[in-house]
Amino acid sequence: MAELNLVQSINLALAQEMERDDRVVVLGEDVGLNGGVFRVTEGLQKRFGEDRVVDTPLAESGIIGTSIGLAMNDMRPVPEIQFEGFLGPAYDQLVHHAGRMRNRTRGAVTVPLTVRVPVGGGIHAPELHSDSPEAIYSHHVGIKVVMPSTPYDAKGLLLAAIRDPDPVLYFEPKRVYRSYKEHVPEDDYEVPIGEAKILSEGNDVTVVTWGATVFQALAALDELPEDVSVELIDLRTIYPMDEDAIVESVQKTGRCVVVHEAARTAGMGAEIATIVQEKCFLNLEAPVQRVTGFDVVMPYYKLENHYLPEAPRIKEAIEQVLAY
Amino acid sequence: MPKKVAYKTQIDYLQLMDENGKLDARLAKDLLGDEEVQQMYEHMTVCRRYDEVAFRLQRSGRMGTFPQNKGQEAAAIGSGHAARKGVDWLVPAYRENAALFMHGLPMHYVLVYWMGDERGSQIPDGLKMLPLSVPIGTHMLHAVGIAWANKIRGDDGVVLTYFGDGATSEGDFHEAANFAGALQVPCVFICQNNQWAISVPRDRQTASETFAQKALGYGMPTIQVDGNDVFAMYKATRDAIERAREGDGPSFIEAVTYRLADHTTADDASRYRDEDELDAWKAKDPLIRLRKYLEAKGLWDEDKQEALEARAKAIVQEVVKTAEEIPAPEVDDIFDYTFAELPESLKAQRSTMRTTSLGQDPSQVGGAAAQTVR
Repeated sequence: MAELNLVQSINLALAQEMERDDRVVVLGEDVGLNGGVFRVTEGLQKRFGEDRVVDTPLAESGIIGTSIGLAMNDMRPVPEIQFEGFLGPAYDQLVHHAGRMRNRTRGAVTVPLTVRVPVGGGIHAPELHSDSPEAIYSHHVGIKVVMPSTPYDAKGLLLAAIRDPDPVLYFEPKRVYRSYKEHVPEDDYEVPIGEAKILSEGNDVTVVTWGATVFQALAALDELPEDVSVELIDLRTIYPMDEDAIVESVQKTGRCVVVHEAARTAGMGAEIATIVQEKCFLNLEAPVQRVTGFDVVMPYYKLENHYLPEAPRIKEAIEQVLAY
Repeated sequence: MPKKVAYKTQIDYLQLMDENGKLDARLAKDLLGDEEVQQMYEHMTVCRRYDEVAFRLQRSGRMGTFPQNKGQEAAAIGSGHAARKGVDWLVPAYRENAALFMHGLPMHYVLVYWMGDERGSQIPDGLKMLPLSVPIGTHMLHAVGIAWANKIRGDDGVVLTYFGDGATSEGDFHEAANFAGALQVPCVFICQNNQWAISVPRDRQTASETFAQKALGYGMPTIQVDGNDVFAMYKATRDAIERAREGDGPSFIEAVTYRLADHTTADDASRYRDEDELDAWKAKDPLIRLRKYLEAKGLWDEDKQEALEARAKAIVQEVVKTAEEIPAPEVDDIFDYTFAELPESLKAQRSTMRTTSLGQDPSQVGGAAAQTVR
């Protein structure tokens, strides 16, 4: 087994799946010779050729729209959009076409498409390069939304996404692209879409998060007194969400903190808090707390750390629900 | 320094049969057999009848909004005839029923669709076509993707995609044309320039003198065709398909035609269109023109016409009956096709729909409401 970071793990998953299934095509801006702006697709064009790793014209609606056509004609396209801020031009194709095609044709036409998109802040990127749009796309029907935080999950979730018969938005938390390594098996394995992971078991409070803030939550846990027992859930799939994992945990702990980078209003934290209220009302010892980004434009990098939900804010929220 | 010309070209205009049904024998040599032409005329006549009946269904409250194809039959049938059934793809907008029927779509599907039932978009197995597309211009990218897949796999199927003049103003048209050119995919763009995008005339849609010349910017062969001339539409499309099949990439065809009806049954074209203009185009009706051709050749007469009209009436009557007799869809149907496998949360919502209207999982609904299990 190799020690890989998130970028290397995704690259390995792409290579292995391209090897296994010749319908898999990687396409996007700069994904070929250049290996993508984050080098996630490095070496793939050399190995699989220009027909299967394609540098497209610079046009996001074009990339997603043609990927829908490829998918409808029995290919397994894996387009890359360079940054989540550039998903906007492809929004119509994603939500109005990819997400609806199975339903509008009553199953006659399907769109097995996996869109890879780096998301989130914390890497000192320019404007429109640091947002977290997972709630927007979870609200639209017919699209699955996943976000791995670790190299192991990244490979397994990507294989599951490419093999999924429906469109999947595969969000990559770019802040942890190279910050953490772990053993990633060479074997073929899937991390099922829709299953959360319990990162640490505990009895006092449930913390639900995903993506880069998993590591901020872990840092917060390290700062808490030893007798505080936190159950940390990495959601991994944003939609369809593993409600059972959250509900079972909160029924045990009676307290819940949700942490996400995206802005607060109508974010996934609101959805999770509602699920907890519906299903764990009589178990709750404290109101559900949200630690999130603010309802402001994601600041340019001199101030971005004030926006991001870092460990001290998470620690404070945990202390508040414990003291309630 | 002497002035150089960086690029120079011209846009050809193709017409084989004039407005009195006279065919240019030299240009049309060996193009279509007499029997083929009669079949095409029959098909156009049946589709005209279909349009008229669909219009009446809407007016009598038996169907929702419907966009008629009246006047554009030659553009759909001429081009559709050039494509190979089960090999080439048709990616339509919403007015090209005639081409879809020609390639095997059962005629009641389109009525079922406009009657508000998604099963009308459930293309039967084995047919290479996408369902009608309501949003403007977005489907051309799908056509390019389908063509691209064919190219990657080495299939020799070509994709025909239809769209109106208004669609050329949409960004996705330009992305589709650019991708098609840059990737050299086997796709034929068929612009049905029917002069109006609802109430906006062709001259307000673009300052471009032709729609055909837009394709020059994307590096593809392009031509303007008399869209009411079934011979010219057939020839232009056949040539484009051959080029695509030979690996020479996409082509563009501007079919100059006219929408004789309103945009849809929800529209009233008399608010923005002159009677004189309409009358002038009525004289160029593709059905009348083709009938004149057949009559001049001694292939057609009044008796045959009467027999055809009776046949068309019977065919369409049967189609309407089939469409109206289809049992209503099951209510679960609105959930069942959201994903290949329904997530737990959607199963809960489905069971909510069956039992209460609270929008919650029934297990969470207390008291009387929880008792109202179906």
